[in-house]
Amino acid sequence: MSRRYDVIVIGAGHNGLTAAAYVARAGLRVLVLERRPTAGGCAATEEFHPGYRADAYAHRLGAFDPRVARDLALERQGVEFVRPDPARLALGGGRALLLYRSPERTASALQSLDPHDAARWPAFCRRIADAVALLEALRRRDPPSMPAPSLGDLAALARTALGLRLKGRSRFAEVLRLLPMPAADLLDEWFQDPLLKGSLAASAVSGLMQGPYGAGTVYGLLQHLGPGEHPGGEVVLVRGGMERLVAALEAAARKAGAEIRCGVAAERVVGEGGGGGCVVLAAGESLSARAVVSTLDPKRTLLGLVGPERLGPAVARQVAHLRLHGVVAKVHLALAELPRFAGAEGEDALRGAITIAPSVEYVERAYDDAKYGRISQHPVLEAVIPTLLDPGLAPAGRHVMSVMVQYAPYRLAAGAWDAARREALAEAVVQRLAEYAPDLPRAVLGRQVLAPPDLEDRLGLTEGDIFHGQPALDQTWFMRPLAGWARYRLPVPGLYLGGAGAHPGGGVTAGPGYGVARAVLRDLRRR
Amino acid sequence: MLRTTPFHSRTAPLCQAQNWRRWAGYIVASSYELTHDREYWAIRSAAALFDVSPLFKYRIRGRDAALLLDRVVTRDVRQMAVGQVVYTPWCEERGKVLDDGTLTRWAEDEFRLTAAEPNLRWLHDNAAGLAVTIEDVSDRVAALAVQGPASREVLEAAAEADLDHLGFFRATTGTIRGIPVGLTRTGYTGDLGFEIWLEASHAEVVWDHLMERGRPYGLTPAGMLALDLARIEAGLLLIDVDYVPARKALIEARMSSPFELGLGWAVKLDKPYFVGQSALREERARGPAWQFRGLEVEWDALERLYAEFGLPPELPTVAWRTSVPVYAGDRQVGYATSGCWSPLLKRYLALAHLRAAYAGPGTRLALEVTVEHQRRRAPARVRPLPFFDPPRKRA
Amino acid sequence: MSAPSFDAVVIGGGHNGLVNAAYLARAGLKVLVLERRPRVGGAAVSEQVFPGFTFSVYSYVVSLLRPEIIRDLDLPACGLEILPLESTFTPLPGGDYLVRWADHDLTRRELYRHSPRDAEAYDEFGRLMVQLAFAVKPLLDLVPPDPTSLEPSDLLGLLKLARYVRSLGRDRVTALVKLMTMSAADFLEEWFESEPLKATMSASGIIGTFLGPRSPGTAYVLLHHYLGEIDGVFRAWGFARGGTGAVSEAIATAARRLGVAIRTGAPVARVLTRGGRARGVVLESGEEIPAKLVISALDPKRTFLHLVDPAELPGELVEGIRRYRTRGSSAKVNLALSELPDFTCLPGPGPHLSGAISISPSVAYLERAYDDAKYGSFSRRPYLDIVIPSLIDRGMAPPGRHVMSVFVQYAPYTLRGGWTDAQREALGDAVVETLAEYAPNLPRAILHRQVLTPADMEREIGLTEGNIFHGELSLHQLFCLRPVAPWAQYRTPIAGYYQCGSGTHPGGGICGAPGRLAARQILRDLRR
Repeated sequence: MSRRYDVIVIGAGHNGLTAAAYVARAGLRVLVLERRPTAGGCAATEEFHPGYRADAYAHRLGAFDPRVARDLALERQGVEFVRPDPARLALGGGRALLLYRSPERTASALQSLDPHDAARWPAFCRRIADAVALLEALRRRDPPSMPAPSLGDLAALARTALGLRLKGRSRFAEVLRLLPMPAADLLDEWFQDPLLKGSLAASAVSGLMQGPYGAGTVYGLLQHLGPGEHPGGEVVLVRGGMERLVAALEAAARKAGAEIRCGVAAERVVGEGGGGGCVVLAAGESLSARAVVSTLDPKRTLLGLVGPERLGPAVARQVAHLRLHGVVAKVHLALAELPRFAGAEGEDALRGAITIAPSVEYVERAYDDAKYGRISQHPVLEAVIPTLLDPGLAPAGRHVMSVMVQYAPYRLAAGAWDAARREALAEAVVQRLAEYAPDLPRAVLGRQVLAPPDLEDRLGLTEGDIFHGQPALDQTWFMRPLAGWARYRLPVPGLYLGGAGAHPGGGVTAGPGYGVARAVLRDLRRR
Repeated sequence: MLRTTPFHSRTAPLCQAQNWRRWAGYIVASSYELTHDREYWAIRSAAALFDVSPLFKYRIRGRDAALLLDRVVTRDVRQMAVGQVVYTPWCEERGKVLDDGTLTRWAEDEFRLTAAEPNLRWLHDNAAGLAVTIEDVSDRVAALAVQGPASREVLEAAAEADLDHLGFFRATTGTIRGIPVGLTRTGYTGDLGFEIWLEASHAEVVWDHLMERGRPYGLTPAGMLALDLARIEAGLLLIDVDYVPARKALIEARMSSPFELGLGWAVKLDKPYFVGQSALREERARGPAWQFRGLEVEWDALERLYAEFGLPPELPTVAWRTSVPVYAGDRQVGYATSGCWSPLLKRYLALAHLRAAYAGPGTRLALEVTVEHQRRRAPARVRPLPFFDPPRKRA
Repeated sequence: MSAPSFDAVVIGGGHNGLVNAAYLARAGLKVLVLERRPRVGGAAVSEQVFPGFTFSVYSYVVSLLRPEIIRDLDLPACGLEILPLESTFTPLPGGDYLVRWADHDLTRRELYRHSPRDAEAYDEFGRLMVQLAFAVKPLLDLVPPDPTSLEPSDLLGLLKLARYVRSLGRDRVTALVKLMTMSAADFLEEWFESEPLKATMSASGIIGTFLGPRSPGTAYVLLHHYLGEIDGVFRAWGFARGGTGAVSEAIATAARRLGVAIRTGAPVARVLTRGGRARGVVLESGEEIPAKLVISALDPKRTFLHLVDPAELPGELVEGIRRYRTRGSSAKVNLALSELPDFTCLPGPGPHLSGAISISPSVAYLERAYDDAKYGSFSRRPYLDIVIPSLIDRGMAPPGRHVMSVFVQYAPYTLRGGWTDAQREALGDAVVETLAEYAPNLPRAILHRQVLTPADMEREIGLTEGNIFHGELSLHQLFCLRPVAPWAQYRTPIAGYYQCGSGTHPGGGICGAPGRLAARQILRDLRR
């Protein structure tokens, strides 16, 4: 039995739902297939301990595409983006530092720590703002087709470049220099304080199998910043958890007419040839559509759904060599009480992200372990306490802490990710937190560890790479996921990539979902 | 040191000329005698024995072996019977030839592919997701070619095998002095001939036995110089000489499609996906830009060019392998890549790449020749290949 | 001050200074080269460090000396003779080894022994690299356009560049972008599986950098090895007969023949400027030498921060030069040997000793060596790139004896606790111990040992922080960003003051291109 759709979206993560909503709003017949029993993908809020719920995977937003928020009226659907201020509590070396949304407030917070750095902070934020704006501009457009960009591409690029140049010659030169730099070098140029530099270095390598001494990590520092945001001040959370966002996107898609079927795994995508669309095989059914959007990662899409034997050998080889590395583990803690961190008075200090990365060297050493296939002995941590925003996630008076732990490499040089290792990791995390919040270990009522293999099993992330492909310079923009296939279309006619593996990349941003919808609509209208 | 083949202990003492050449990292005899005439005539009038061990050989086995090969080569592997051999080129994704060789189906799920260049990586790249094992058996398998009108008698005298039923481009197994061998009715001379495939460790025994049993039939060890003449007469391509494999071509203009090499007959566009299929479909629809053809220099005109200098035609006794311009009037319309004086046909022959518009059989073109240090153009006719095609080849 | 008797004074008699001077003189200028040391050559000098043993003390192989320079200055007629470096031999800890020979068939067979697929991939990789080298070569022979300029000539330069890139096609552009942005290890991972092959190849990407083979930005140096092949100079890598000093001597001879005056033992204290213009130089002796043009072949920090008063320069330039990265990461150990090293894995003398010997058994080995340096130590087990020039050039050592040149990485300039005599010897010991693991006879074969740390190189030949390339060859310090934008076109804000050292495009190594391109730019400016 074969049913015909205009568009089938594989994967009901936030990008899949975004794409479905846009395509359905344009009047097309859309089906979304989700392997798991509920929608959400990496943006999901789950119970990890009886009575305690947390964002199971992503626990904060990336540079969320404002067009999506506006077009799909997310706030009206009850989504509340919370921008905590202070945005980040940086801990390290027995000290605490609060980073705020405004450069001036951060500067005054820095004053007691290091007056030199305090004086330089606003200038630093101004200096990198051009690069942030450039990345934002590039994110909002399809990447140019390379190596022969269209006239439209060229005009847009020239406009962007000229706009930047008109701000001044040296500012333009600075942007050129910044992106390929190692974060460590940039931070050393500006600052002295190890804690400040360490916490920024941690942001620069988030999700990356690289240390801050690696070239190109300045790009890592800037790519997740939204317009007007500053490093350290970019934390955005969803009140009530990611599931609120997903519910809103799901509602928007359904309202626009999209059909969403959970618990149905797409097994295979077969091109019909002649540009006539694709057939999706799922649960014994054969579903055909004019266009199929996969929001799975590019390896799973092309080597799994399509199969290497259906790709040309050159493309198959390139896909096989895409770098997908899991380096992040998730630890969730059920807490009897709100932890008290030395040097951070009041609940406000804990509403944002809490980072433990005492110095650049600390982050680099954490990476050194991963480089040789070991879990970082002293990992970099980023924690949030969502119960401060929505107490309903835990029983009254209790709290939840969600911790991203880096580096926890998917591939271990010796041994496997067994229960003992997961426990050891959780123990290490609790110990590390206890250095700053001595009461915390006693308050732990329950905990959960999700290692990269768990992310792979649960979410289908190849090697547990949370970004569907390392966000390195050679896997970005017109090279994401592959050079020549960076504008959402894939080498199988009718098949599109709309997940984090596509431009503009990973994080909860809805950017790829928006971009793929635009590409699909453009193509289907043309036919 | 370069490698020697498993037959080296036998070929070395025979090589009076000490004339060796490289072939895929091995050294092989260019000619055994001081001149290669007798070796050439053995091919055409008796039987010649060639050591072709340096060929690359891959054993491909498994449930998806046929599927893999069908993806790689341009021939239709699904149609191959067990015991059948096909000659086939294979291409990269732009439809440009990577290599050519023979493919033998030894069993339903077992094949052997021979190649001029290493192809293990390419085969592996194409095997992703398939149930197949690919083995490089180049060093383990020694190979001989027995070629010439008497080759069947030589093998009947030397081998235990059912040769009567071994048709052209068929394979069988047998023994030579008790040693198991594979026998295929294939070769690179355009004559009646066989190739023998065996474990390298048995090489010397098999060589000795063949030489002993073949002597009454005039079996003569022959080198690459003689082979080169024979293969030009037979119109058979030589990689690196007549075409640049796509993997080595620095620019696309140096690459050739099978259509441009006269191998269109070996391209089965209607089979399921194979590498290069869509590019080749487009090319066939468009018509190839080039054709690979024979050229025969008009002898009388050549004589006249030499006569101007008071000379008879002076032609090399060995085949040449340089690129020589071919003209239509004053316009260069192609280039010849190999050529020789055919001792058998008594004609001056060349293999040439010609622009399609000038490739029609019988078209009168001109081949550049150097006569007494001066460049001249010798009139030549386009001829279909092969130049020499004796009925005994297929009989 | 008397009327200038020289059109141009070149500060620094290293190979780039000499090349620059020779080209200016060829165009009719009256040129003086001032060298602080008693002999010309800078980092490319041959010295008899121990009686009878001559070493290329610092720079030890001739990699990419531009063939057009060899032709234009007729260097062979001035005594230049480059002997080919035939092979790369990588001994391995388990008793195995990997050799890449000059002969293609031999290399293929040797690689096949380690990995049949790599043997094939190596050829394809080589073809891609040749294509890319061919694509990149025009960029090396180009005064970089200034991307920040809105001048029509610069915009035209950028447009030409964009059109050129576009003409390369998707595959090559992709490969180039990957080459520029990836780590050597990741880039090679896409091609090869054999660990020693990946390690030895990626080692060429880390030479002179403060990066490990897994750091992005190390891949593009892989290209350098293929650049020679497209110059028509088959096997461009080699030894100069008489050591690298002979290269400098040949260029100096050519320069003298073109009328260049060369003064050694003449350290320059500063550049004379007046009214925003260079007027000559003052030597440390106090002597003033007037000239219309002054060209510095020293590294950018010296050029902008020492030779002139930074107060005369725009603040942004000074800031840019201050943050210009020049961390030295390598050391040199010169050994006088009573006998050849005898490698356990390939015993006895043989052709494998006549080429480069690389201690780079695995990528992880190199990474570990880097890890030491990251945190301020020298590598306990360093990457070593070794040559034995006396096997090819008999004149370098007494009969039967040998000289061994060992390039050592990583030896950070910023050693924790600083470089003391004890640390220097400890580094020497670490090098000898490392070698002894592969060639046990080596320690007892050593007659003399010279260890040169980055601090020594800074002191002896004036390389800031001992950086052999006058500044790291990292992405943000290349092409139009070298040394800093928008001063990547050999000019400086001071009229008549130019830069021509390795701190300008296209960078370090004995290649001479900065000196030549700077001369081109100077002559162009003069015509205006």
